Amino acid sequence: MMSEAKILIYIDQFQGHALPTSWELFGAAQSIQAQMGGSVLAIALGSGSQAVAQEAFHYGAEQAFFCAASSLEDYRPEPYATQISKLAREQGVSVLLFPTTTRGRELASLCSIDLGSGVMPDAIALEVNDGRIVATRPVYAGKLLSKAVCQVDPQIITIRVRAFKAPAADASRSGSPISLDAAMSDAEILTRVEGYSAAQAGVSLTDASVIVSGGRGVSNNPSLTPPSGLDEKQAEVWRAQQGFNLIRDLASVLGGAVGASRAAVDAGYIPYEHQVGQTGKVVSPDLYIACGISGAIQHQAGMRSSKVIVAINKDAEAPIFKLARFGVVGDLFTLVPALTEAFRKRLGK
Amino acid sequence: MKSVVCIKQVPDSAAKVVVEGGQVTWGDAPLVLNPWDEYAVEAALVQNEAHGGEVIAISMGGESAKEALKTALAMGCHQAILISDAALVGADSQAIARVLAAAIKKIGDVDLAFFGRQAIDGDMGVTYAQTARLLGWPVLSYVSVIHEVDAAARKVKVERSIEEGRQIVESKLPAVLSVSKDIGEPRYPSFMGIRKASRAEIPTWSLSDLGIEPPASVVRWPEIMNPPTREITTEMISGESPQEIAEKLVEKILEEKVL
Ligand SMILES: Cc1cc2nc3c(=O)[nH]c(=O)nc-3n(C[C@H](O)[C@H](O)[C@H](O)COP(=O)(O)OP(=O)(O)OC[C@H]3O[C@@H](n4cnc5c(N)ncnc54)[C@H](O)[C@@H]3O)c2cc1C
Ligand SMILES: Nc1ncnc2c1ncn2[C@@H]1O[C@H](COP(=O)(O)O)[C@@H](O)[C@H]1O
Repeated sequence: MMSEAKILIYIDQFQGHALPTSWELFGAAQSIQAQMGGSVLAIALGSGSQAVAQEAFHYGAEQAFFCAASSLEDYRPEPYATQISKLAREQGVSVLLFPTTTRGRELASLCSIDLGSGVMPDAIALEVNDGRIVATRPVYAGKLLSKAVCQVDPQIITIRVRAFKAPAADASRSGSPISLDAAMSDAEILTRVEGYSAAQAGVSLTDASVIVSGGRGVSNNPSLTPPSGLDEKQAEVWRAQQGFNLIRDLASVLGGAVGASRAAVDAGYIPYEHQVGQTGKVVSPDLYIACGISGAIQHQAGMRSSKVIVAINKDAEAPIFKLARFGVVGDLFTLVPALTEAFRKRLGK
Repeated sequence: MKSVVCIKQVPDSAAKVVVEGGQVTWGDAPLVLNPWDEYAVEAALVQNEAHGGEVIAISMGGESAKEALKTALAMGCHQAILISDAALVGADSQAIARVLAAAIKKIGDVDLAFFGRQAIDGDMGVTYAQTARLLGWPVLSYVSVIHEVDAAARKVKVERSIEEGRQIVESKLPAVLSVSKDIGEPRYPSFMGIRKASRAEIPTWSLSDLGIEPPASVVRWPEIMNPPTREITTEMISGESPQEIAEKLVEKILEEKVL
């Protein structure tokens, strides 16, 4: 007889707010359950985790656990992993799911050592074969796909953002989250969180369903006159920032996020947080609009799985057009504002 | 201060990688030092310039990985060690982490072990945390800034990139550090460095040198394949004016029902 899955989901949260991708794990869990049956447990840790655990019932958790002890107030990998591993052992879970976030990936790795298992990171699809989960994951920056199987339990998997759909939240499903005792005392923890500096406001790139990106091409608008007193490099950055304002306007009409190529980041036009690509973020929005980006292979690595790609480039030979559903050969400085205006009218904003 | 940098050799990021007859191939593209590990080498060298001591690059892999170690030496690392053993072919990440942890212990008195964010072949991004857990050291990942290392007080203070911005963390030493691109552009190997590296003797450690049994792998890759080819028909939009093009494009995008 095939054994049923006992799935534990780690809900990644920050100061009482679950990252939306956490709920997508319940969609992934459902796809496992559909093939092998089983139950779904959830755990959230840190300040605000009780409310988050409560919310997990809406998405289909049968039991939800939390620990808001002071030693877990801020995210620290060691006590968090210890807490998750302890619960996984006590509950005898066979599958442990994390979102592919900075915290999720690292916790999965630490728990794999605690639990004598391995990790299958960044899965985009799951199937069941001979009672084991087969995870499909992009390798070589998405140039290839690999199937992976973990031969021991728990099978630890991190799920790529937007690979699965979150089930609709059903507020009628509820329960009482179970409070856990802290598994590590403050004295045993070798790190201390001193504080935070906030990211730039705006939609998070990886969660975004629409991304408008700018590349080196945003910097060369000849019709702009930079303020006097700037040297050549400063004038270039100033021009590029005016260019990125056009990108930002379009993104904002579409409720999307702003991305960038590495060339734009390295030239100092926009912070690294916005970089899409092999050494930046991997994104797969429904709509990706690339403006003044040539489409180098390392950039493609970060955006190739976007649903609909639109390219605006003045060079008809730019490789980005090979990926694009729609392409416009022309000057981004006139096309992007026109597109913003046209969307604004059409979407009634 | 004594630092170790863990580096991997991978096919160049621009390589055209395909599966042919079940085998991964990248044509005549070169094997290079994993780009993320260049940042780790850079971070280790910057700390070394500030605090003295030595930086030791280690890599687990085949004989060819010596080339990646030579790049690290040419950049300025003081020593390089290859860990190679026939029993390690096909090892999974946690098995590699067990080997790296054993090597770091054998090197001894290490204050900081630097890692890249991920290796661009397997795209795992797990080995540094697994190694840290095996060593029982704190893991500081996605490190963008190293504010302070105080080897005497056994402390390090870093800024980590997280989804919500930056987290500032102080940690005891020894620690594992995995760096992000913000740490600073990696230096190019100097001419002198390249000459020195080309003459360097790189010792090879086997599992018996490390005093460990071959670690068992638990993750298997039953299949590796080319992604399904996406049939994209590119439709070029043109018109008399930017406004006309924009209006056409908006209608086309709306027809795709992605908004
Ligand atoms: C190890 C490694 C990792 C890398 N990682 C990344 C990564 O993560 N992300 C990434 O993006 N790159 C990455 N790169 C860099 C990559 O190889 C390219 O250099 C980079 O993507 C180029 O950026 P770009 O398209 O903005 O610039 P360019 O290639 O210079 O292209 C600019 C484009 O803008 C167009 N243009 C100019 N003016 C206009 C205008 N007025 N209107 C319309 N179009 C215009 C031009 O026709 C051109 O196609 C990496 C490289 C290496 C070696
Ligand atoms: N075979 C290896 N030898 C030395 N270091 C490695 C090896 N594999 C991975 N690493 C290190 O671990 C990091 C993460 O690798 P990975 O988990 O494989 O993506 C890399 O950036 C390297 O710093």
